[in-house]
Amino acid sequence: MNNPAPAASAPPPAPARRTIDIVNASLKRRYAREARFRFMGASAVFLGLLFVAVLFGDIVSKGYTAFAQTYIQVPVYFDPATLDPDGNRDPQTLANADYLGLVKASLRTLFPRVTGRPQQRELYALISAGAPQQIQTMVRQYPSVLGTTRDVWLIAGADVDMLVKGQIDRELPEADRRIKDSTLTLVDQLKTEGRIEQRFNTGFFTNGTSREPELAGIAGALAGTFYTLALTLLLSFPIGVGAALYLQEFAPKNRWTDLIEVNINNLAAVPSIVFGLLGLAVFINVFGVPRSTPLVGALVLALMTLPTIIIASRAALQSVPPSIREAALGVGASPLQTQFHHVLPLALPGIMTGAIIGMARALGESAPLLMIGMIAFIVDIPQGVTDSATVLPVQIYLWADSPERGFVERTSAAILVLLGFMVVMNLAAVLLRRRFERRW
Amino acid sequence: MNKTLLVTAMTLAAAALSAQAAARDAITIVGSSTVFPFSTAVAENFGRGGKFKTPKVESTGTGGGMKLFCGGTGVDHPDITNASRAMKASEFESCEKNGVKGITEVKIGYDGIVIAESKSGLDMTLTLKDIFTALAKDVPDASGKLIPNPNKTWKDVNPSLPDAKIEVLGPPPTSGTRDAFVELAMEGGCNAYPSIKDLKKTDEKKHKAVCQGVREDGAFIEAGENDNLIVQKLVANPKALGIFGYSFLEQNADKIRGVKVGGVAPEYDSIASGDYPISRSIYFYVKNAHVGTIPGIKEFVTEFTSDKAWGPDGYLADKGLIALPDAERKAEAQSAKALTPMEKPAK
Repeated sequence: MNNPAPAASAPPPAPARRTIDIVNASLKRRYAREARFRFMGASAVFLGLLFVAVLFGDIVSKGYTAFAQTYIQVPVYFDPATLDPDGNRDPQTLANADYLGLVKASLRTLFPRVTGRPQQRELYALISAGAPQQIQTMVRQYPSVLGTTRDVWLIAGADVDMLVKGQIDRELPEADRRIKDSTLTLVDQLKTEGRIEQRFNTGFFTNGTSREPELAGIAGALAGTFYTLALTLLLSFPIGVGAALYLQEFAPKNRWTDLIEVNINNLAAVPSIVFGLLGLAVFINVFGVPRSTPLVGALVLALMTLPTIIIASRAALQSVPPSIREAALGVGASPLQTQFHHVLPLALPGIMTGAIIGMARALGESAPLLMIGMIAFIVDIPQGVTDSATVLPVQIYLWADSPERGFVERTSAAILVLLGFMVVMNLAAVLLRRRFERRW
Repeated sequence: MNKTLLVTAMTLAAAALSAQAAARDAITIVGSSTVFPFSTAVAENFGRGGKFKTPKVESTGTGGGMKLFCGGTGVDHPDITNASRAMKASEFESCEKNGVKGITEVKIGYDGIVIAESKSGLDMTLTLKDIFTALAKDVPDASGKLIPNPNKTWKDVNPSLPDAKIEVLGPPPTSGTRDAFVELAMEGGCNAYPSIKDLKKTDEKKHKAVCQGVREDGAFIEAGENDNLIVQKLVANPKALGIFGYSFLEQNADKIRGVKVGGVAPEYDSIASGDYPISRSIYFYVKNAHVGTIPGIKEFVTEFTSDKAWGPDGYLADKGLIALPDAERKAEAQSAKALTPMEKPAK
């Protein structure tokens, strides 16, 4: 319609193909091309989602059982003669009493017909190695239980736990399973008496790690992660934002600052293990920072997240319109006041998003920490940045490598917790952006 | 606000550095990932006793552990290192050079390396020679000349074996299990060829290269350090074999079984008696100079060498440790408790 005049006035017999014919002829092909592209795009997205779903499905289906823990109810006679022979309730005596013997005696009372050493060993294996600790805590908290018989729910051993959760196939021939027929009978008897129960596994969130799967928890790793990340943020955020502010707003534009900018962009792409090697060589070997501590971990991770924060902060600063700066300068603010009172607050949502994404990356990092001794078995929950500690991804790595069957579900459960934190952090980044970002 | 943060961070760092100079109150253990499960089990039980803090156990590999251990004396350096082989003379020398004198060697037991297959697998019996012929990079042909390994199926290796593709999942070269496997199984098998055995006398380096070279054409699959993954893959693929430590076989006995090597199945008794050919001794080393400085080292050694830990019925046996014979265990325990310093190793 735009250009009908010349076409209409042209002599009618003109055999030349009009533009519209050319367009029409290729139209079908071009539509098909678009449809193919759309289809490829959609199937790529679908495939990606499918893989994510399979991955999540696998982790969740393996890991959800770890949030329950099997307990066995055993009547325990808190014998004052063995626990407190002097009768004066001295905490020291109570702490050192033979609780393992007490647990064993209680089990023998529950199953009086089990005799002979090998059979009794099997009987004791029903209960976790952590049960004496459980009883000890109980006595320490409530000394009044002494001399009474109480039904106590004790943590079941790992093999019983696996059996109750259905992860050991009882149909297999006896030689092929870790649980023998005699133990099966004991467990079945306990079950019919209602002495076996699955409960929410609070220990998983309150215990440090352990070699016994049923006692292993992520509290130590969580505390380590917390100290490491808090210190990482404390170190990398001010330095990163400061560097970005200087480079973006104050530094002269010359060859040197260009070189620095290129280097920062490159650093963001350096494999994380390189930062671990750097940490080992510089922080541990030269400065003598103690190995395996959140302190050295945070120093390394701060180096790793710095480029991310600087790049994000510079982008955020750049998006603040010059009119803000000019207005501030115009009413008499000093350049520093302009930046800190006007530009920085407006850029902060973008900076925070960058920082959170950087921290989320640091949260999932294990490779650099391997180099600085954080791949360690640490039972005690760290109390500060100079205590030996490990972090969640490393804990997952260590558990994944453990031979005990019970660690399979714990590994997946720990992955779930880690993923949970990741999702929360990324969600926070998105929400911050949505809520505070200003468009100009 | 940034200023306050910065100042806080710097104060924290300074405080940390000064705190580090103070004495350490927990034992630090480094070393082999093979000994790691045993060392951590002892550490946990030791810590549960309540008198001392739970030792920190780092998994650094045997070589890495030795390097840290021999770095010197003082709170910055570890007190104990675990090893899946004996200390080398060169390592002993580097220890001495750095002032680490008086090292107690404690042999804790054996670790068997098993070749396993799925329960529904081919039910194979291998000899060391079969293992070498199937997995070596170069094998001698009929005339004794070395050629790149042409064997595709187990039947090519030995006519009595099933006609199935050779597919073995094993640890990567960084692993101590791999070192032990090539040393014990591959080298044992290659000496079954007289032509290669003679090579040792004339060209020891070449002999080692031939015997310990593992093929890289896809028949031997490096499955990473994660042995649980190998177990899963074996279950999914009944025709494949996997190589890992004995404790993984024990824990997964419902899914996989050990392949007999030289007619001997990998079982507790056969590894303990030495009949099973692919087994090695595992050790830990104590820095005597730290005893008395770092609290609890002596007690930790006592715990480790008590029968309730490393005995045949002890809790380490549950974790897959193959205990030493009674007499040897007793002698080791005695020398460990007395902290008898070791002699310089022969090689």
